[in-house]
Amino acid sequence: MQLNRRVNLITGHYGSGKTNLAVNLAMDARKQGKSVAIVDLDIVNPYFRTADFADVLTAEGIRVIVPTYANSNLDIPALTGAVDSVFTGDEDCVIIDVGGDDAGAIALGRYAPKISREPYDLFYVINHCRYLTSTPEEALGVLRDIEAVSRLSATGILNNTNLGEETTPALIEASASFAKEVAGLANLPLCATAYDERLPAPDLPNGYPVKVYVKKIWET
Amino acid sequence: MAEKFLMKGNEALAEAAIRSGCRHFFGYPITPQTEVAAYMAKRMPKIGGTYLQAESEIAAINMVLGCASTGARAMTSSSSPGISLKGEGISYIIGSDLPCLIINVMRGGPGLGGIQPSQADYWQATKAPGHGDGQILVFAPSSVQEIVDLVAKAYDLAETYRMPAMLLADGMLGQMMEPVEFPEVEPAVHDKSWALTGTKGKRKPNIINSLYLQPKELEDTVKARFKRYEIIQEKEVMIEEYKMEDAEYAVCAYGAMARIVKTAVVKAREKGIKVGLLRPITLWPFPQKEIAAYGPKMKSMLCVEMSMGQMVEDVRLAVNGSCPVSFFGHTGGVIPSPAEVLAEIEKMAGGAN
Repeated sequence: MQLNRRVNLITGHYGSGKTNLAVNLAMDARKQGKSVAIVDLDIVNPYFRTADFADVLTAEGIRVIVPTYANSNLDIPALTGAVDSVFTGDEDCVIIDVGGDDAGAIALGRYAPKISREPYDLFYVINHCRYLTSTPEEALGVLRDIEAVSRLSATGILNNTNLGEETTPALIEASASFAKEVAGLANLPLCATAYDERLPAPDLPNGYPVKVYVKKIWET
Repeated sequence: MAEKFLMKGNEALAEAAIRSGCRHFFGYPITPQTEVAAYMAKRMPKIGGTYLQAESEIAAINMVLGCASTGARAMTSSSSPGISLKGEGISYIIGSDLPCLIINVMRGGPGLGGIQPSQADYWQATKAPGHGDGQILVFAPSSVQEIVDLVAKAYDLAETYRMPAMLLADGMLGQMMEPVEFPEVEPAVHDKSWALTGTKGKRKPNIINSLYLQPKELEDTVKARFKRYEIIQEKEVMIEEYKMEDAEYAVCAYGAMARIVKTAVVKAREKGIKVGLLRPITLWPFPQKEIAAYGPKMKSMLCVEMSMGQMVEDVRLAVNGSCPVSFFGHTGGVIPSPAEVLAEIEKMAGGAN
């Protein structure tokens, strides 16, 4: 998947797979020779977050900005001043992994004036298998909530339909009509359909093979 | 086949409770179980249920007591320090012979401790959830699907035996995502002629109470309750025995920890060590007989927990000296890795050979 803008915001429902996509996009942009910064902006969920992959990302030369107390025992989602530095523009590519739903996207609102200073992409990640966003109308509802609190507009849909370890190419293909409908309702382009790189490519346009970084400890 | 969804442990907990007929949730937010309350807050108003954020954990558990008195399926959810606050109310519910569902998504302790996963509330759940002689049913799921299955079971048994049931999970299980399906079954219906639903002038009033004025009366009540506990210990034990058929060594673990142990067991088997996993699914009633029966057949047992060693005491009591029982664990939010557990299995096998 090719990123076209410098600032890329990854939003979506809880557990839609934002973090895994954000890490993949950052790694891919780096492989293309770009200088990259990734921001963990999740103020909601204390587990399974971009901060977990700071070592892997840093090793590739990616600048990683995480909330001050991420992965500590301090339940204070304090965002660091370093977040502001990505908007002043040293890096060729900025990926922002936003927390789930409107509860997570509320943190974006604080940066909306700075983000809006240049053209940005705000991707909305969808997963047909997620319980509370399995109809296009429900998925659209969460998107509208996210836009309202972030004070930003979405620019594209990323279909990340998966059932964890039980994902099949057929399952991803079956999500195509759902994804198209969400994109249609939102009047946005369906930018990519992500799939686990270990699976055969689904028969869909804009397939995006991704590495699964977010794993359970017994899968590592 | 029912449709499958990808769900977080905490969400699955909440949805399973709703599907089990729970329409009354009383809670107070605390990491790492906040999604349970958040989910209930979203869903309950849409299905005619009640989501009530109480002013404290103590208030929430007493609301459960009141709600359960009417025979309705009530629920509260919290994490370790919050469960301690609920202790008095839980004891009152035990003493009032009321069914309800209590969720503990455990985090590091004691005190405020931390927000990372832990299993250090085993003693609290199984030995003394509140003061006085009494028990609660304690279920320890190890997958998101098992959460769904055990929530239904927990309500069913809580009403069968008129006592609280607890689902003991940890932050890892609450936060992780796995595929689940919801079985299309109607919640079991139990006699609730004891419930406070209004006499309409047609019957004698029911009384829900945990105060007894005469010591003898209290003793008789407690003894009758313990008779029920004996039946539960006889009938309701659940345990998973994994690769135990030809095992010479056993590892005991519960909850999400057992998933890590399973990975280590598979790796140890690849190295030629005949090891299996004993995973209690009910922590109370504890699978005492099942584990005791393995004692004489094992060269050694290892108990792995995310605590300083709590369930290991029950394992030792069960085998009663018939084989050595060692312990390995981390606490405070540190999770034992598959590699560490494998090293412990190798140590156990090497040491006994």
